[in-house]
Amino acid sequence: MTNGWVDIKNTDMMLIMGGNPAENHPCGFKWPIEAKLERNAKLIVVDPRFTRTAANADLFLQIRAGSDIAFLGGLIKYAIEQNRIAREYVLNYTNASFIVQEGFKLPEDGLYSGFDQSTRAYDRSGWNYEGSGGVPHSGSGSAAGQAPHALAKPEGGGHQAGGPAGAKTTARLPDTVTHDPTLENPRCVFQLLKKQYSRYTPEVVERITGIPRDQFLKAADLFTSIRKDGDMKKAATIIYAVGWTQHTFGTQIIRAAAILQLLMGNVGRAGGGVNALRGHSNIQGATDMAGIFDVLPGYLKMAAPEDVDLATYLKRTTPTPSKPAEWDSFNYWSNTPRFVVSLLKALYGDAAKKENDWAFQYLPKIDRNYSWTEIWNGMHDGHVKGMFAIGMNGVQIGPDTRKNIEALKKIDWLVVGEIYPDETSEFWRAPGTTADEMKKIQTTVYRLPCAGFAEKDGSFTNSARWLQWKNAALPMPGDARLDQDIVAQVFMRVRDLYQSEGGKFPDPILNLRWPYTKPLSPSLAEVARQVNGQALADVTDPASGQVIKAGQQLPSFAFLRDDGTTLCGNWIYSGSWTEAGNQMARRGTDDPSGLGIFQNWAWSWPANRRVLYNRASCDPSGKPWDPTRRQVWWNETAGRWVGNDIPDFKPDSKPADHMGPFIMNPEGAGRLFAPLTAFHDGPFPEHYEPIESPIANPLHPEQSSNPVAKKPTASGEKYGTAENGFNVICTTYRLTEHYHYWTKNNPMNVQLVPEPFIEVPLELANDLSVKGGDKLKVSSARGSYVAKAMVTHRIKPMMIDGKKTYQIGIPIHWGYRGIAEDAGRTDRDSVNALSPAVVDPNAYTPEFKGFLVKVEKA
Amino acid sequence: MPSGTLQIRAISGHTGPVPGAGVHREEEVCKYIDTTTCIGCKACEVACVEWNDMPFAQTTFDNTYQTMPSTAWNYWNLIKFNEHPRDDGSLMWTMRKDQCMHCEDPGCLRACPAEGAIVQYSNGIVDFNQENCIGCQYCVTGCPFDIPKFNSTTKKVYKCTLCSDRVGQGLEPACIKACPTGCLKFGTKVDMLALAEKRSEQLREHSGFANAGVYNPSSISGTHVIYVLHDATKPEMYGGLPSNPTIPTTFTFWKSFAKPVGLLMALLAAPVAFFHYIAEGPKEAQPPSRGERHE
Repeated sequence: MTNGWVDIKNTDMMLIMGGNPAENHPCGFKWPIEAKLERNAKLIVVDPRFTRTAANADLFLQIRAGSDIAFLGGLIKYAIEQNRIAREYVLNYTNASFIVQEGFKLPEDGLYSGFDQSTRAYDRSGWNYEGSGGVPHSGSGSAAGQAPHALAKPEGGGHQAGGPAGAKTTARLPDTVTHDPTLENPRCVFQLLKKQYSRYTPEVVERITGIPRDQFLKAADLFTSIRKDGDMKKAATIIYAVGWTQHTFGTQIIRAAAILQLLMGNVGRAGGGVNALRGHSNIQGATDMAGIFDVLPGYLKMAAPEDVDLATYLKRTTPTPSKPAEWDSFNYWSNTPRFVVSLLKALYGDAAKKENDWAFQYLPKIDRNYSWTEIWNGMHDGHVKGMFAIGMNGVQIGPDTRKNIEALKKIDWLVVGEIYPDETSEFWRAPGTTADEMKKIQTTVYRLPCAGFAEKDGSFTNSARWLQWKNAALPMPGDARLDQDIVAQVFMRVRDLYQSEGGKFPDPILNLRWPYTKPLSPSLAEVARQVNGQALADVTDPASGQVIKAGQQLPSFAFLRDDGTTLCGNWIYSGSWTEAGNQMARRGTDDPSGLGIFQNWAWSWPANRRVLYNRASCDPSGKPWDPTRRQVWWNETAGRWVGNDIPDFKPDSKPADHMGPFIMNPEGAGRLFAPLTAFHDGPFPEHYEPIESPIANPLHPEQSSNPVAKKPTASGEKYGTAENGFNVICTTYRLTEHYHYWTKNNPMNVQLVPEPFIEVPLELANDLSVKGGDKLKVSSARGSYVAKAMVTHRIKPMMIDGKKTYQIGIPIHWGYRGIAEDAGRTDRDSVNALSPAVVDPNAYTPEFKGFLVKVEKA
Repeated sequence: MPSGTLQIRAISGHTGPVPGAGVHREEEVCKYIDTTTCIGCKACEVACVEWNDMPFAQTTFDNTYQTMPSTAWNYWNLIKFNEHPRDDGSLMWTMRKDQCMHCEDPGCLRACPAEGAIVQYSNGIVDFNQENCIGCQYCVTGCPFDIPKFNSTTKKVYKCTLCSDRVGQGLEPACIKACPTGCLKFGTKVDMLALAEKRSEQLREHSGFANAGVYNPSSISGTHVIYVLHDATKPEMYGGLPSNPTIPTTFTFWKSFAKPVGLLMALLAAPVAFFHYIAEGPKEAQPPSRGERHE
């Protein structure tokens, strides 16, 4: 989230789309309700189903799964045409006025300029600003950090000139960008944006989304009404979850929301922002700590094979400012070398020396996509031989369950750490496996009882970027072990083997820093202290003169150095455990501003700032747009930015210097146009059809789906078409009453919702002569799923491009292990048997929403 | 389940004054339920089962998100889900937390012939004492909301206590504590009514619900559980909430006519009994049955 849960109470307008917080984040949903009760805020819900969130909406629109960009593109067009944009904000805080290079082409035919048909990829060097030559502005550069942070949404990807691994583009952003403050130049970003979405008329929106144009216009009018007559006081928020990410264009849906919010001047504002609701208690923490293959902790880029040494890597991944000559840019990623060297010191300790490039060569160099689907393809193809699955039910959570089960049959060993016997550890019991087939499975399965969440201490990072420390509430039962004990004990034995037997490259293992009091059972407090960072020699802050002594905890990332005198496991978490103690354990409830900032409750990355980009909550002169919601402001007397929140900005940058609020972009400006390698599939979002769609894309039928969507490399992938009878759109989701695949083991949750079901529109049920409770069989090109029908008014038939189209929905929670499953009371299928293993090209998220199925009476 | 710190106002099957009634004045309490901000998350259902330590029941799929068709002897708190297609093509999906309404004029208590099986505290809570329950189920017929539920094993009737055990100790009911959105609140009747009226006004003025209002039916002198409804003119659409709940005349007759008449008859019978005693001597009382007490 750019903002936070509590901040939602400050909003005047909410668009909840691609998320269902009333059901999946019921405790967080108190804040939208607070906004309704206390501010008369309006709530617009757009979803394929009438959900429990929709039940609380002022306006609900039923959308076809996978058509979100068409809807948002229509909103962008409407906001521009009706002049419901924040012109001063757009002009000064975004790249609207930047001129784009000659030769850049919009995707009227479905393709941006630079597409290579043979490689199915873009040469993105032409997606760039026009440079005016000259030297970089002197006021910018690598000022020692007072104000850094990374994007809250890592899926956004490369906000640096150098893109993610595998990016071959060597073009860089120009130091000085040509711009046109009148916004009239036909090649300026604003005019290109306007042209791009001129095609997204209410008629086109209706054809693609199935939302009747009068309803669309009603929603567009309501949402943009906060900027009526140029008034800047009100703020609107956009709230989403995996209903947006789980598409082959998921990242671009979020981009479209960001563009709309920048145009309307809602980013950085209390009650505004683009707010991702994370699906588990610590998913934000998992991504912050590099739980994804293409980043290091703190969203540092993974090294690539072409990074022959540290200098090459740092040159590729450290951006330089790129902005109009008269603007300033903080360009906080210019501190990348400090973050990287401090990370290497945290990883390899004394073995990381200046002479050996701080052990840069110990880091793996990533040569291709190693995302989730690739790992399972690797097992399926036979070149990945074993797997550790701790804290996740791999068979169930990935797409194409059948393939996942086949993959596990082919590996030599499988280690599962869990609190219940699950579908992954018992993949050999999957429905349809005969006794003979079971005998042929050679995989050795090790099942390790793990501690549950209430039996462990540590920190959770929530959607609002708050790191909240928790204590163990219960002793572990039986032989259960802590996760870190399991990992530590495996690591120590592997290290012993390298020690005694050597290996191809033992150094990174043998030299890994492991300074824990109990090496076989590291305390998470010790780990957290290193994640925060420590001084290895006395370190002085040049601005304040403050000295941190060798061995002390660092107060913030401003103290990180690239000369080996600091270590830090994750720069964005620096400040979470200081000499003053564990900041994550703070429970102060003071909120003097009444804005729900709660500076002394837990600790929020970065630097305890609660709303990102909060400089943008003020006009260019430094005064809050809304005097009743003062977050930060420029204090002329003090010559500093001050406020109720901590300024997410260079604290002494005078408004007259025109430093952009978006300090993590080399432009300092919010990106309406995302240049170069930022995204694989285009600088602006374009509507593409899901990989399986009932229609050809009305915008460009010849290029219907995302041209660079990644289909799995494994053989035998199957996709269905409407012509082959797969003519119903299927979407998957979670229920309030269950938590993923765990709670089917808890009698309380089983009592609340006892069985799997399939939600179908009444009209479809009538067509099939089926009533509620009758069994349905849903089939995709990959597998089938049988469960009882829930016949409902809450999903209606839609007219999609003139064709009557049905959507159905299936909750994901069931499988072949659980109370009801084991008692033989339910069907034992996994819903991901239906979903395709095709992924978004930027975030590698599979398309769990909006694939095609056929539905019949079972 | 009686709570020692609560003052009793009325007792089932009891004639004459209630001991201690009126000695202390207590604020009347009330549970506020805003159906317009309920998200049907069922946290209240879970909290109720857990606080009251009730055994799980096996439920079955019934084409709805609702946990079971109606409250049960071991499930006192149930959110009722109802879909209402509107004329303009839009839909209303109402979620109403169903439980004992703790009527000001409780039909169950009026109907109950067993002395002390049902009591009404002076704060308005109507509570069942299973140790005094004789299992006649008159309370089931006396209730206009279909709340008391009979357990055929224990032969007793059960329902929501408004967590009289918690309230007696100055705590809010378990369902209130668990509610994540604040659509459930607990306080004095006066405060909750004011809050409900204010919320109804907001719904009428800002959310386009012209008929929004408070459910606090006067036909039973009001309730100690009140609802804010999007449309107070149609309470039936919230899963069978009656517009005009009434207590069966059998039981109002019992109290207003039959009982005094019966009392008179009993008084007339007293001399007869006296002479019978003189003539026949005393009769040994049977030992009291050890009724199973439900914790």
